[in-house]
Amino acid sequence: MKKRLSALAGLLASVSLTLIGLVIITFLIGRVMPIDPVLAAVGDNAPQEVVERVRQEMGLDQPILQQFLYFLGQLLHGDLGRSILTRNLVTSDIARYFPATLELATAAIIVAALIGIPLGVWAAVRQGTWIDQAIRVVCLAGHSVPVFVLALISLLVFYAVLGIAPGPGRQDIIFQDMVPHVTGLLTIDALIAGDWDAFWDALAHMVQPVCILAYFSMAYITRMTRAFMLDALHGEYVITARAKGLSPATVIWIHAFPNVGVQLVTVLALTYAGLLEGAVVTETVFSWPGLGQYLTVSLMNADMNPVIGATLLVGLVYVGLNLLADALYRQLDPRVR
Amino acid sequence: MSTVHSREWLLAETPASRTQAAWGRRYRAWLDLRSNPLAMIGLIIIVAFIALSLAAPLLATHDPGAQDLTNRLARPSAAHWLGTDELGRDIYSRILYGGRVTLGMVIAVVVLVAPLGLAIGCIAGYAGGIVDRMLMRVTDVFLAFPRLILALAFVAALKPGVESAILAIALTAWPPYARLARAETLTVRNSDFIAACRLTGAPAGRIVLRHVAPLCVPSLIVRITLDMSSIIITAASLGFLGMGAQPPSPEWGAMIATTKRFIFEQWWVPTIPGLAIFLASLAFNFLGDGLRDVLDPKQR
Repeated sequence: MKKRLSALAGLLASVSLTLIGLVIITFLIGRVMPIDPVLAAVGDNAPQEVVERVRQEMGLDQPILQQFLYFLGQLLHGDLGRSILTRNLVTSDIARYFPATLELATAAIIVAALIGIPLGVWAAVRQGTWIDQAIRVVCLAGHSVPVFVLALISLLVFYAVLGIAPGPGRQDIIFQDMVPHVTGLLTIDALIAGDWDAFWDALAHMVQPVCILAYFSMAYITRMTRAFMLDALHGEYVITARAKGLSPATVIWIHAFPNVGVQLVTVLALTYAGLLEGAVVTETVFSWPGLGQYLTVSLMNADMNPVIGATLLVGLVYVGLNLLADALYRQLDPRVR
Repeated sequence: MSTVHSREWLLAETPASRTQAAWGRRYRAWLDLRSNPLAMIGLIIIVAFIALSLAAPLLATHDPGAQDLTNRLARPSAAHWLGTDELGRDIYSRILYGGRVTLGMVIAVVVLVAPLGLAIGCIAGYAGGIVDRMLMRVTDVFLAFPRLILALAFVAALKPGVESAILAIALTAWPPYARLARAETLTVRNSDFIAACRLTGAPAGRIVLRHVAPLCVPSLIVRITLDMSSIIITAASLGFLGMGAQPPSPEWGAMIATTKRFIFEQWWVPTIPGLAIFLASLAFNFLGDGLRDVLDPKQR
């Protein structure tokens, strides 16, 4: 018990240190930017006294350490400032855009896991054959193709040429604002409202970006599954199971795979975090109104508060997922307890 | 003895000198690598990519910046092998020169990042204790951001351009190397030959530099080669989002950004630079995958 408590304390300490580092970096990014945040807020033509007053209000006439403490205080109150572009609070902007990214990333990780894991197991079982090689090439290609290129080509082929997929965006204009906002996840909201047309429309719009993101992350999942599975298949308990005369399917899925599953939890958590990154670029191509789009549009306009807010949020999600993976790993694998 | 050695000399079971043993080991690794078709395809593409980039002024048929507004978005033809872009510039020549930008960025990042990661990892691993904990904490903070998002924020804070992009990618790329070098260092720091070094009175700096760091290099090379593709893609993504190389630079990502609106009518205009990015990054992945099999038999 004591050991567990001290382990927990160590974990908490290291997480809080990481979080503080995260805040410091985002703060510094916001401070070294070339554009004066005061001028960005009040405009070029504001009289000098207004500039000075706003500068004081924003705390920018203080020494940098003071500013950091102020920033930290605001942050602890959940205040990330206002976006110059949308004129909304950054927090409410993020609350509006983040669910769209979440929906995309969650659907993508499910698709990627459902295809990637069996593919990885298959490659491991058929190690060294042409199947293994083919899966390897498919995965390496997924690692190598820039998401935005794939997105453009997909739009060209499935939307423009074949006409079987909807165009960019999250839903058709006719469904715009028709579904009451509950979770912010359009598919779920449509289901709650019982609006099947809106549901199918939202789902259809998700297919392309989700498949592209899924392919991007599937590569990693498959490769890791294969590596773990190869390890497991060489274990003595697998040899024993084979010697007992169990069918190959039983050996693979009942004996070897559960051990791999534990390690895969970590991989899936990391991949999920990585999807946030892929989402930034995919969202720009598909005009998906998510966090990535918000981040890039703010970046282009040197609107720093949203950039800091979004970066911080992504960092938080990243740390949180790592922590979750760690905790799950501990829970699932008795050996590391 | 002549400098050109025979196959027998390289493959000798009982090498007569350290040089012979070292070259023999390298030759065997090369033979291993050569029997891996994917790795060889990757290597050939990379060599071609480097050669084409270096020889761009000789091979280009047009000035990459020369505009010809009467001949915009032309199809591939004898005059313009890959067609022309939205300002009538020759895409083939721009791809060649764009290779130089990409190659330059990748090399700059690696030159900045590899020694830094190696140094931090080796020092942390060898010193242990508080130094190790502090360095690893800093590493963790940088690892806590997805690479592209941190790079985007950095570039926005500096100013969009190739130099900022290089710096931003480098700032986000070093932590995995430090982690890797540290892990390798931990496995060797307590071995007998390091203890022997210490007994002879070698200072810590010399031990790290001459005995620990070289052992970290093979796995670092594998990691760098695999990472090259991700550096290429991050650089191209920054260019695509308007935060990397700026037009009129023929950087591949920026070329796609300025022509993406033509995807439905003149699809080849944005697709060709995309293909270039894909090929370059695929080649590094192929080679890295093969190198891992050769240099790091543990992961086979």
